[in-house]
Amino acid sequence: MTQTTPAGATGTPTDVVIDRLLLAFDGAPLFDDFSAVFPVGQTSCLLGPSGVGKSTLLRAMAGLAAPQGGRVSGGDGAPLAGRVAYMDQSDLLLPWLSARENVVLGARLRGEAPDRAAADRLLARVGLAGHENKRPAALSGGMRQRVALARTLMEDRPVVLMDEPFSAVDALTRFRLQALACEVLADRTVVLVTHDPQEALRVGHRLFVLTGSPARWEESPVPRAQIPRAPTDGDFPARYDDLMARLASGDTAAPA
Amino acid sequence: MKGVRLIVTLLGLLALWQAVVWLTGAPPYLLPGPVETLRVLIARAGFIAGHAGVTLAEILIGLALGTILGIASAVVIALFRPARRWLLPILVTSQAIPVFAIAPLLVLWLGYGMASKIGMATLIIYFPVASSFLDGLRRTDPRWIDLAQTMTGGPKKRPLAVLRHVRLPAALPALASGLRVAAAVAPIGAVVGEWVGSGAGLGYLMLQANARVQIDLMFAALITLAALAVALYFTVDLVLRKAIPWQPDTLPQSTS
Repeated sequence: MTQTTPAGATGTPTDVVIDRLLLAFDGAPLFDDFSAVFPVGQTSCLLGPSGVGKSTLLRAMAGLAAPQGGRVSGGDGAPLAGRVAYMDQSDLLLPWLSARENVVLGARLRGEAPDRAAADRLLARVGLAGHENKRPAALSGGMRQRVALARTLMEDRPVVLMDEPFSAVDALTRFRLQALACEVLADRTVVLVTHDPQEALRVGHRLFVLTGSPARWEESPVPRAQIPRAPTDGDFPARYDDLMARLASGDTAAPA
Repeated sequence: MKGVRLIVTLLGLLALWQAVVWLTGAPPYLLPGPVETLRVLIARAGFIAGHAGVTLAEILIGLALGTILGIASAVVIALFRPARRWLLPILVTSQAIPVFAIAPLLVLWLGYGMASKIGMATLIIYFPVASSFLDGLRRTDPRWIDLAQTMTGGPKKRPLAVLRHVRLPAALPALASGLRVAAAVAPIGAVVGEWVGSGAGLGYLMLQANARVQIDLMFAALITLAALAVALYFTVDLVLRKAIPWQPDTLPQSTS
């Protein structure tokens, strides 16, 4: 199928459905007969040991890696191409463009007229009003990741895929960015890969722990509070213990 | 500070030159000193400037043609996989054959006028421009390409837009280093052409002066050529710095 529909026409909220996926990396199957549904309008966090294939799975969902078998689709069965926005752990800002021009990159690549006023509104929403004309080199790591978040929002896609989006910034900036992400990504289908159990418990509606090779998943319960959750609230510490136990039991590598 | 260093270096070289003259006691018709050379340079300024103008024109036109051809080849090779197999050998061959060896041929085919010298300069400039730009185009951060592809709706979608908005600007710093090399070697092409057969230009002037044992005039021409080459290099360097203000070392660091 070759769908080149612009973002607007594909804006209907959707699940992300992975159906009997077969995906090998260097000959070793990372995923074999792997199925999962990441529900519409919620943030699903993928956790698991390094090398289990979290990022590869995300790339397959983004349409960047072609699976050897099975399929990734929306809840309607159609492919996700053109319906996903992608955010990486490094900001991937183009160093020759201003913050504003980075935010409208998608429109320029699609040959659409860039809506710079909307870009400025989004930059203001992520707390960067007044920084629209600065190049990435003039911004701090946290600010750059905010620009990347604004660029992701500018795409206005129903599905947002995030690969450790806040792992490269300091703890305080990360804490604030997590709250910001929860606010601006509400109602979108978010799949977030993270190494950080606390981040997953803070922002996730659902926690999927991947283990083994080929990988299998099991769910870990989340705290009762609304996202973004504070790490000391109610049953957060108890759920943290649950999640750590699950991660530890799945970690077949040599003890650290 | 840079200017002071340049002046100190120049004065040092002149002092060394004068010292060699004094120490060896070489007669002026074998090795004229800086003062005599300067005297000739001033006395015959108009005459030398006329020949310098011819050489400069050959260099600049050669630089323009070599740059255009080099950029065009690099883009074609980067865009079309089959073109790489056909054009890459030509690119390498253009450098494998010494310009000195084909200089007589070019003079034979293009005549004693400026065309053969421009051809020579073009040939010598073409390779550093084409190969460095091609390198830059092939080394686009793959994560930028991934991001662009989620925006365009999938791999292989709108490759020209990705080229224009991502790959070309990303390769500009590489092109700049090729252009700096080109600016440094361009005078070689023009002067070699003039040596093989011409009626004007600094190379012609040096050859004539040498044959008539007007070594002071030859030195004056040589100094003019060196000044021309250095000025050309620093002008190109300055223009490139202004045109590409983002620094390659501020590109996002590679994470894995």
